[in-house]
Amino acid sequence: MGIREKPTRMDQVQSWRADFPVEYLYTTGVAGERFAKTLRERGMLAATRCQRCGVTYLPPRIYCQRCFADLSESWVEVPLQGVIHTYTVVPVRATGEPSQSLEVIAYIRIDGTEGGILGRVAVSPEAVYIGMAVEGVLAPPAERRGAVTDIRYFKPILS
Amino acid sequence: MRRIRRKVAVVGAGLTLFMRRALETGKELSYYAASQALESAGLRLRDIEAVVVSSGPDAFDGVHMKGEWLSDGAGGYCKPIMRSYVGGGSGVFSIIHGWYMVASGMFDTVLVVAEEKMSSCQPHPQGAFLTIFDHTLERPLGPNLLWIFALEQSRYMHTYGISNEEIALVSVKNKRNALNHPCAQVAAELTVQDVLSSEVVAWPVHRLMVSPVSDGAAAIVLASEHVAKRITDKPVWVEGVGWCLDTSYWGNRDLAYPRYVEYAARMAYEMAGIREPRKEIHVVEPYDPFAYKELHHLEGLLLAERGKAAEDLVNGRFDRDGELPSCPSGGLMGVGNPIAAAGLMKVCEIFWQLRGEAGKRQVPGNPKKGLAQAWGDLMQIGTVVVLGR
Amino acid sequence: MARKRESSPQNPHDVGRVMREIPERPRGTPLKDQDIREGKVSLIAWKPHLEYRWDSGVAISRFLLGLKEGKILGVRCHSCGRTVTPPRAFCEWCFRPVDEWVELKDTGTVNTFSICYVTWDMKPLEIPQIPAVIEIDGTHPRVGFLHLLGGIGEKDVEAIRRRVRVGMRVQAVWKSPAERVGAITDILYFQPLE
Repeated sequence: MGIREKPTRMDQVQSWRADFPVEYLYTTGVAGERFAKTLRERGMLAATRCQRCGVTYLPPRIYCQRCFADLSESWVEVPLQGVIHTYTVVPVRATGEPSQSLEVIAYIRIDGTEGGILGRVAVSPEAVYIGMAVEGVLAPPAERRGAVTDIRYFKPILS
Repeated sequence: MRRIRRKVAVVGAGLTLFMRRALETGKELSYYAASQALESAGLRLRDIEAVVVSSGPDAFDGVHMKGEWLSDGAGGYCKPIMRSYVGGGSGVFSIIHGWYMVASGMFDTVLVVAEEKMSSCQPHPQGAFLTIFDHTLERPLGPNLLWIFALEQSRYMHTYGISNEEIALVSVKNKRNALNHPCAQVAAELTVQDVLSSEVVAWPVHRLMVSPVSDGAAAIVLASEHVAKRITDKPVWVEGVGWCLDTSYWGNRDLAYPRYVEYAARMAYEMAGIREPRKEIHVVEPYDPFAYKELHHLEGLLLAERGKAAEDLVNGRFDRDGELPSCPSGGLMGVGNPIAAAGLMKVCEIFWQLRGEAGKRQVPGNPKKGLAQAWGDLMQIGTVVVLGR
Repeated sequence: MARKRESSPQNPHDVGRVMREIPERPRGTPLKDQDIREGKVSLIAWKPHLEYRWDSGVAISRFLLGLKEGKILGVRCHSCGRTVTPPRAFCEWCFRPVDEWVELKDTGTVNTFSICYVTWDMKPLEIPQIPAVIEIDGTHPRVGFLHLLGGIGEKDVEAIRRRVRVGMRVQAVWKSPAERVGAITDILYFQPLE
């Protein structure tokens, strides 16, 4: 009987199931510690600035990725304020279940920095637009954990 | 194999502390090692044309495509960058990878960065290794990583009549050598009895015969001949590279002898024009994640007779002031084992040894040629580099 | 490279300080378990939810069906003459399809073994596991697979080593036909023949 013979009946086809029993505990690093503390204690975003390249990094990093200058002592703080760089409207959750309502998820460029933050925007899908000015709404100080989830959501800045 | 005409030099090296758990993220560790390597070469990031990033399984971090994630900390921002990954063999494979980027004539300067942060993986980084076993035929038996090392050591001891006292001496030597290494995680002054009194985790392996779980990073800078000669009067040349992968049907081969390491070594020796490795290699950093592996690999590298490495060890041949100093850094058993970074740490050590810059770890006799080797995957890959000045 | 000119390294005399050796205080901040327990550092936890179902393929599917019937199957390559198990659809030496199925005995020889006192997450085991590579009778020399030894009835290293040795003859102990599902665990373990 040759090995080239292919299985033709489904009961000849076998499979094996298993899961992957690991979980992760991440340190946030030298830059992440400062970012967490600043958010928790002062409700501001900590960013690092390279004077030579004229770039302010958010999320902050302890090095300039362009010139490799050490930025571990080169911090600035900026408020939770920026403009919508791009957005999407999400009708379902990651699990595929329908969401209660349509959610606007946006990448927000934070004013005064090169970077930004991903967040939920409390605005109707009809009203949102690229370039919209928004500000972050933080959890009350007592409830802040120093994680990005301390930023509950963003809302339009009414001019 | 064709003769490669373009010469490639190592011109700088950098290393972080090796530690059980680092505060720093993987990107930050990469930055420490990479910026130090650049500084030691007297180069700036803008002088670097391409980058190699090397890191172990994504499952250690739960970060998909870890090389890309690490890239900006490794100096790869907006540069041609490639990840190098062959399991435990990655650290030494990363210099091979960087070597052919320069040897091909494509680039003049390449930064090679190896990083590992194993501490994120809970409850134990061994969880990430479970997936190396065959999912249908091996994982249902409930294996762990210690099994394959213990099974290989057991076969090695049985085949050549080697005692566990002799194996324990590797731990003693390397942990002692590491006392002189400023980055070392598990340096110690121990006796053979101390090692054999530590608990049996998987007979014949005792706890002190196993390298630790580590976080850390290492980096080197490679340059073409004309650049190397301009920036340093002490270039260390990459004279030979070799690598070889055996079958993943590991139950179907001879566990007492790593023939794939021999094939990798023969490839590197041929390229380096080495005919008598035992006479021509002056200092060696074989891969030692478990104590017996150093002996196993010295034999595969043809630097000891088959089954006789233990005898040579007992006779002091591999001591720092012996005929062939082996793991003068302290190796993985002493300095620590952040997988990919540990392999490149060995390359850094040979670089410093050949330049006479190894400080208290310096081996005597003005060594001219050295070899670093790593090993990994399902006990199947050997990666070898021969450096010379 | 087009960029070669502008990115050519600087001259050595431009370099302020060229460092040698490893700095006396290498960079890196070791954390203690205590730092974690006492919440001194900011940590993010994540538990992935991943499950897999692997298809067994042509050769292993048939191997598993063999196990269900209480048989160990191998394959033979007529080009190199090897009989190997676990079965594979191709000979990795000759790089051609293997030629025939072979029913092997359920006896073999211990190639190597270990006595393991910890689980993968380093929890201690009261009763050690004895993993071994078993060379199955009827195959090419040194061809075997990973399984467990059992029926030894001892717990400590010395007592087990008095019962188990490399080169020892062993035989598979099977689950009852009703319990077999077509898995490597249809063989409970291998036990000494002597």
